[in-house]
Amino acid sequence: MTAPHDRGGWPVDEPIDRDEHEWADWERMTQSLVGVLGAKGIMNVDQMRRGIESMGQAEYESATYFERWSATIETRLVEDSVLTTEEIDKRTQELRDRWGYTE
Amino acid sequence: MSGASQLARAFSAGDSVRVRDETPSHHHRTPHYIKARRGRVVDFIGAYLNSETRAHSGDGLPMVPMYRVEFDMADLWDEYATSSADKLWIDLYEHWIEHDTRSGGTGR
Repeated sequence: MTAPHDRGGWPVDEPIDRDEHEWADWERMTQSLVGVLGAKGIMNVDQMRRGIESMGQAEYESATYFERWSATIETRLVEDSVLTTEEIDKRTQELRDRWGYTE
Repeated sequence: MSGASQLARAFSAGDSVRVRDETPSHHHRTPHYIKARRGRVVDFIGAYLNSETRAHSGDGLPMVPMYRVEFDMADLWDEYATSSADKLWIDLYEHWIEHDTRSGGTGR
């Protein structure tokens, strides 16, 4: 089966949205983090792509562009033993609590 | 890139080639819509680190020859109606293409 990222020629229900959008702060931070991880030799572009491609179809389809970047960063950091999933989840929960984010 | 000149090359500009019809589970950049399709080598464009092994934390060595390969758009897409002269150029690692032994050169 064709993986979800390999989508050249796939039919779509509606025209592709080509509008630009204002970057959210977290998207800028994600972009910066990819640069840092590249400079430090922790994640190259091929590892980054592979992490995105291994998200699984449902998660891939529902994620936005930079959410996919964020997911592959997490995959790579855990894989390289820079952080554990538990550490990431704990920190995420702390931030959610601090900002009252309940979604 | 350095090292390209002494690398043995299996293909030359003008060669008729067929893209391998494989879907390995590892990372690869060859899109599905050109697999098993026939095209022509436009040029050798250099030797590059192998992204398929680098994606899985290998060093990407040995370097792999890369070729720019041309396809007729009408061969890739059913009912392609824009212009029969339209081409797709796509850069492919050497291990993704094989000499096309069929006469005619392009198509499926």
